[in-house]
Amino acid sequence: MTGGGGLQGEQFNRLFTLFMGITGFFYVLVIVGMLAGIAIRGRAAGTERGERLARTALLGWIAAVVLGLTVLTVGSYASERRVSAAIPARPPLEVQITANQWWWDITYKNAVPANELRTANELHLPVGVPVKVTLKSNDVIHSFWIPSLAGKQDLIPGRVNDLLLLPTRTGQFRGQCAEFCGTQHAHMALDVTVEPVASFRRWQQAQLAPAAPPSTPLAQAGHDLVMSQQCASCHAIAGTPASARFGPDLTHLASRRSIAAGTLPMTRGHLYAWIADPQGVKPGNNMPYIGFDSAKLHAVVAYLQGLK
Amino acid sequence: MTGIARDGEALKGAELEGRLDRTWRPAPGLWGWLTTVDHKDIGRRYIYTAMTFLILGSILSVAMRLQLARPESGLISPARYNQIFTMHGTTMMFLFAVPVMEAAAIYVIPLMMGTRNIAFPRLNAFSYWTYLFGALLLWVGFVLNVGPDAGWFMYTPLSGPQFSPGKRTDIWAQMITFTEVAGLAVAIELTATILKFRAPGMSLNRMPLYAWAILVTSIMIILSLPAVALCSGMLIADRLIGTQFFNPFEHGDPLLWQHLFWFFAHPEVYIIFLPATGFVSQIVETFTGRPVIAYPAMVLAVVATGFLSFGVWVHHMFATGLPRLGYDFYTAATMAVAIPASIQIFCWIATMWLGKPRYATPFLYVIAFIVTFVIGGLSGVMVASVPLDLQFHDTYFVVAHFHYVLVGGAVFPLLGALTYWFPKFSGRMLSEGLGKLAFWLIFLGFNIAFFPMHITGMLGMPRRVYTYPANMGWDGLNMLSSIGVGVIVLGGLVFLANVALTLRRPRDAAPNPWNAASLEWAAASPPPPYNFPHVPVVRSATPLWEQGPLPVMTGLRVDDRELLITTAIDARPDIRYPSPEGTIWPLLSAIALAALFIGSIFTPWAVVIGLAPLGVAFLAWFWPKGSPTAEPVIE
Repeated sequence: MTGGGGLQGEQFNRLFTLFMGITGFFYVLVIVGMLAGIAIRGRAAGTERGERLARTALLGWIAAVVLGLTVLTVGSYASERRVSAAIPARPPLEVQITANQWWWDITYKNAVPANELRTANELHLPVGVPVKVTLKSNDVIHSFWIPSLAGKQDLIPGRVNDLLLLPTRTGQFRGQCAEFCGTQHAHMALDVTVEPVASFRRWQQAQLAPAAPPSTPLAQAGHDLVMSQQCASCHAIAGTPASARFGPDLTHLASRRSIAAGTLPMTRGHLYAWIADPQGVKPGNNMPYIGFDSAKLHAVVAYLQGLK
Repeated sequence: MTGIARDGEALKGAELEGRLDRTWRPAPGLWGWLTTVDHKDIGRRYIYTAMTFLILGSILSVAMRLQLARPESGLISPARYNQIFTMHGTTMMFLFAVPVMEAAAIYVIPLMMGTRNIAFPRLNAFSYWTYLFGALLLWVGFVLNVGPDAGWFMYTPLSGPQFSPGKRTDIWAQMITFTEVAGLAVAIELTATILKFRAPGMSLNRMPLYAWAILVTSIMIILSLPAVALCSGMLIADRLIGTQFFNPFEHGDPLLWQHLFWFFAHPEVYIIFLPATGFVSQIVETFTGRPVIAYPAMVLAVVATGFLSFGVWVHHMFATGLPRLGYDFYTAATMAVAIPASIQIFCWIATMWLGKPRYATPFLYVIAFIVTFVIGGLSGVMVASVPLDLQFHDTYFVVAHFHYVLVGGAVFPLLGALTYWFPKFSGRMLSEGLGKLAFWLIFLGFNIAFFPMHITGMLGMPRRVYTYPANMGWDGLNMLSSIGVGVIVLGGLVFLANVALTLRRPRDAAPNPWNAASLEWAAASPPPPYNFPHVPVVRSATPLWEQGPLPVMTGLRVDDRELLITTAIDARPDIRYPSPEGTIWPLLSAIALAALFIGSIFTPWAVVIGLAPLGVAFLAWFWPKGSPTAEPVIE
């Protein structure tokens, strides 16, 4: 069972237990009824009494089925209403997530524009704090789903959906696009960290800072390449001239758990693999093959590794 | 009226059969093969074609299971995998499941109704050719690497011109148009056959439950196919002539597609399932030796399922953010579908209690049907609940759910029905030993393959992914599913071997080898081109279980193709009606139509230019013959 990391997940687990109980009861009834029918080997055949009994039993069966379905329907409504009642309609935290083929653009809303935090493919949430997730799409229909927190909502171009979440347990979870969205639907994951409020605040502060300047000559060379080659025409790195929004924000890339929306764990080796041949790692994705030679590749990786 | 030969006291036995055979037999050789309008020829052809697509669709599923057996497998590229799962779903739904259910009805229903041919037999031939050309378009496209790749559900805007350039989606959408034309034609033929071609005395309340299932199914096809015709037409227009129905950036609405598509595609599930319940009812009746109990409740359950199926489509859209109160309605409506289904399950089981079951292979499939379909039905009750569905939607839980419904609920009864009616089709009994071996392999393999998917889905594995990361707890379960598919394949091969070996033996089946009660078993095995020498007369719901020989009615023309039409409710003899001869024009019309549809993928002018040959073919087809018209029955 995956639910249980959030309010919806807990409700899901409770409701699922109710459904399992009632549907399991009916399944056992059907199978036992059939096996008994097989076991009596036609000894009830042709009796008037059997016919009458069967018709009466049919009425009882229908009543039982209707009762069971009613309990499940009402239980389902009640569970849903309990979730909406527990989360305020305007929670203190609002995160806007915009889906793209095949990555997540994430903005933590703030009344002060300077405090608005933009990142990609990694979502941090404070435990016990209700959050409103606003969902949009730039291209096709995607679906936002963190199995451990439960609840699923589509991101539909031309529409704005939202989802209220209340994480109740800290931990690292994996979210994933649930609606088929094209070639790399399988590699459209989202790293989720639910953490205590204090460490969430620290993360937020760290992410609001502009990108770390290159600290070695190699990294400086990498910085220059990123700014002068194709990289900067798609990606943004706060505090540098790179400010395009076609690809994920790279400001604190090296602080994230994975590369390319959960495709590879964030390691030096995987960074090399990804930049050297993005189409080999995630065929069909929108990042082109640049063709850096090994010296340039060393430099670019050194710079990106410094983007903590 | 003198000079016209009619069956009766003066004309019966071998003399009658010889003359009827000359009147009804299709022309010999290839010409006859191309021009036949005999429902048995067309039905057999339809069944063979649809079963071929079952095999092709299964080969695709084997490819998918090989890729998913291990995490991070590089066997199949993502682009290829997406084509494969799109082709699997499209083939199974549009080229196998719906056509095979119609095909079985094309073969069985006229026999079961006690008539000589289906209504509109030329339309029937036209329907088959149209279906075949649409199916070939899709599969030739796939082999030439222009197969569709945006899922069998083709959600916009992913399937729109911007995100699916090229011809892949166009081929898919035009294939839909072909199957729509074919499906609607068969639905109309079957509705007319069931309502007007029944044997005298077969009033509605004496009609076999299978005929009820097919009647309701046909009406559902007539009501639901226009929705998919509309949306696939709009998609083609968006892609080919620059309309913007589904483009959100030009004030179109991608959700409009989902509403129209599911308004068709949810009833479609019941279009596949209801005929299967008809198979189950016939098999249960025959192999328990008594009618299914509570006939009115069974009929009402079928009709109610048909009605309810049009009120549940939004349960495919619980994650799209529609108003909550609307969701509540669709939750309740979806739950309500379980009521008629549970009535049917109860009645079949009670019939087993009150009858004397014989455990022949067809009956084993019925038991497997109940064991698996009820699991699928109950997981369906789970996904009807919004909070549960928001966790299960688009995961392997749903893959497990609908395979339990469609394989357990429709393919198992179909395999049972094929075994059951095989002596009627071919004049030969399938081997029980091989049949049971195939049954056990398929039944066990199915559960090994699909039961674990409930758990993989609960553990968070989404659908339609070409690969998945290791160490998510999904590895072992996926391997198990792949092994299960291997076992199903073995079972399928045994089933095919059984058919192939049986077809090599001489014909040995009696007209009624299972001692069944319905009229198709009164005809010879296999039936002659005219089905019955005399029109059978029905005096109960189980005519072949009555004492004495089957009563017949005489007086139909023997030198011309003539049928008896009866009244819709009481089946009183009404008029004699001429049934058309074989002709080449349905085939030529289907070729002209195929040229128009396929041409329109490349230029809209094909619609204009293509109308000319199509018009000529239709004119020739419908040219008045001056042959005898319908005349009232003189009793």
